[in-house]
Amino acid sequence: MRGAITFVVFIAVWWAITQFCPVPPYMLPSPPDVGAALLAQSGFLFENMLVTLSEILLGLLFGTLLGALAALLMAALKPVQRWLMPVLVLSQAIPVFTLAPLLVLWFGFGMTSKIIMTILVIFFPVTASLADGLRLTEPGWIDLAATMNASRFATLRYIRLPAALPAFASGLRVATALAPIGAIIGEWVGASSGLGYVMINANARIQTDVMFAALFLLCVMSVLLYTLVDRGLRKLLFWAPDDEKHQA
Amino acid sequence: MSSCPSLLIQDLALHYGGQVIFEHLDLTIAGGQLVALLGPSGVGKTSLLRIIAGLEAPFAGSVSASDGKPLAGRIAYMAQQDLLVPWAKVIENVMLGANLRGETPEPERALHLLERVGLAARAQALPAALSGGMRQRVAIARTLYEQRPIVLMDEPFSALDAITRTKIQDLAAELLAGCTTLLITHDPLEACRISHHLVVLAGAPARLGAPIAVPGTPPRALDNLGLLQTQAELLRMLAA
Repeated sequence: MRGAITFVVFIAVWWAITQFCPVPPYMLPSPPDVGAALLAQSGFLFENMLVTLSEILLGLLFGTLLGALAALLMAALKPVQRWLMPVLVLSQAIPVFTLAPLLVLWFGFGMTSKIIMTILVIFFPVTASLADGLRLTEPGWIDLAATMNASRFATLRYIRLPAALPAFASGLRVATALAPIGAIIGEWVGASSGLGYVMINANARIQTDVMFAALFLLCVMSVLLYTLVDRGLRKLLFWAPDDEKHQA
Repeated sequence: MSSCPSLLIQDLALHYGGQVIFEHLDLTIAGGQLVALLGPSGVGKTSLLRIIAGLEAPFAGSVSASDGKPLAGRIAYMAQQDLLVPWAKVIENVMLGANLRGETPEPERALHLLERVGLAARAQALPAALSGGMRQRVAIARTLYEQRPIVLMDEPFSALDAITRTKIQDLAAELLAGCTTLLITHDPLEACRISHHLVVLAGAPARLGAPIAVPGTPPRALDNLGLLQTQAELLRMLAA
């Protein structure tokens, strides 16, 4: 409900600016113009949205798998942690986006370079959240497992991993919010389809209304994706304390 | 479980950061008896329990069983928190040890233990749905599921209200009868109600006082004369 009100107010302010300020339509098209462009090019926009959505979903899937694997390896093997963690932290000093031209050069204009870009963007939050969760297990549980003669692997599987899932879920939420950025940046640098590609093209032809239409679709898609992931994680982790419930 | 071995603590010492926490510590807990350990905070009670449980290494000395077999795998541990894992149902929490050891869980035995602590009806509930007293009862069932001859308890009932605590003490005394048990507690009444002997750890470096026998068999009634006299004596000693 609050979301709907914010949306309506936003559209109204936008519309008022285009009506009462001397802004030319090629700088800021009005909401009805964007709506018209959205309808006129709906087939074309939808096709490209599916491309971007596939890149985001595949990037999320592989990024999550790789990130979880790295975190589990670090938790299971101390040397991996000592060698990998500093590299991971250091890698965050490189703005990942600057790698986009290289990725396009190496992996081409197709979906692969965008999926890899998305993986690079989400890898750190996914790995760091699960690694932190695995590291910060309630010491009492570890002691209890030790007195029950649990092996290191059994403790990881039955205590540390489930206990780390709420932290991992926070990382996945951040990853879901970041993933579209990775895909779009990849498309901006070099692509033959996708919403980012549509935006760059429309920008070059001063079809600002089409740009806005693509942007609108991207926002809707990202919000829906985040909401679905958030709800899904809450259902799966029904036993975890819900922070937002306490705040409300 | 009358065949439970005695627990022998011999010349135990613990240093922490160059400081002597305790040394020359000797204590024998006779097989099947419950000994309560009291003493001021920070004196090293929990460290002593962790050393016995094998979670910490002593600076010197030894902990052994009277039958000469190793202690590892024969000790059950109950902490101040119930340590129930929130993602598993009550009955799964009771059988946690089996899963951790890769054994086949025995749900019927777990259910029977839950029956004995009065929670059979809540076997499929999540721990979050239980009160503090119920959660600690599940922890007792989990401890019993382990079938260990030696039980270590670190203030297991201190977070509970007085009524619930009294009920759980009765239950614990009844169910742990026959196990060789060391109970850390801050509560002189608790110590006098459910233990066979009391010992006080105090001083810096800490020393164990001579064991005090409480007359009668645990769990003693709250108005038991022997209990009240021992409690008064104990309070005088702890205040000194």
